[in-house]
Amino acid sequence: MRSFDSQVSTPKTPNKTGAESASPRSEMLLQLHLKSNPDALCLVRATLQRAAEVLQFREEETRAIVRSVDEALANVIRHAYGGQKGKPIVVSCNRVRKSEHPGDAAGLEIILEDSGEAPDPGKLKSRSLQEIRPGGLGLHFIKQSMDVVEFSRKEGQNFLRLVKYPSSSKLDKRGKGE
Amino acid sequence: MQIATRQTEGRVILDVSGDIDLANSPAMRKMLLGEIKEKRTPKVLLNLRSVRYIDSSGIASLVEGLKASRDLGSRLILYGLSPTVREVMELSRLQRIFEIYDNEEQALAR
Repeated sequence: MRSFDSQVSTPKTPNKTGAESASPRSEMLLQLHLKSNPDALCLVRATLQRAAEVLQFREEETRAIVRSVDEALANVIRHAYGGQKGKPIVVSCNRVRKSEHPGDAAGLEIILEDSGEAPDPGKLKSRSLQEIRPGGLGLHFIKQSMDVVEFSRKEGQNFLRLVKYPSSSKLDKRGKGE
Repeated sequence: MQIATRQTEGRVILDVSGDIDLANSPAMRKMLLGEIKEKRTPKVLLNLRSVRYIDSSGIASLVEGLKASRDLGSRLILYGLSPTVREVMELSRLQRIFEIYDNEEQALAR
């Protein structure tokens, strides 16, 4: 994964905490301010599912988005905050379009922001699936599911940027009036 | 998440329903390992038909249960996987590691 600080292009979508969307043609849809409580995860999943449906993602793409954000939040709670409850997490959801294909259907960009510990760079790699053991699957799920996965740390804050674009086959179907 | 238990001779069926995530996977893990390691139940069947969502912590609990059952020479059987659960099993490439059946009838027949 790479930092997205150097990739920011205009127009930017700043959130309340100063994080900026790295994507061009970005429009803020919603922002959730959570506490690091595992009980909040089901609420975020429900919200993200509806957002993805509204943006006309396929069912499997919607599941991929929901799964990725859930796993990312679980990582923040478990690792960045060491399981402590009541710590702040901000989830920003933006509608984004690719600058090179502005006519394509909008994608969904999710930025997670927390003020926990910086992750160990060695742990930002997916583990081998050949090894059958519990744990370490969350990041693998995220990388398999999203089109963009970028981590950065800025001024003591962790930022994880996830982007999913609708599959082209769906665009084809919509173009045919389905 | 809720777990109901059905017990017959030499086997236990755990009917799991709802979402298995970071908030409640420890409860499922405790129940599963309790059956396998403490009660030494020879055959534990996990009915996942009503599970709407499972995250990596839930999958980790299943893997732990599988390892414990292998160590003790017992069996852990999964059945009734929803498309969501099946997708996660495939993503983690664990579908061939677990004993998985479509429904209870098939699971009980084995």
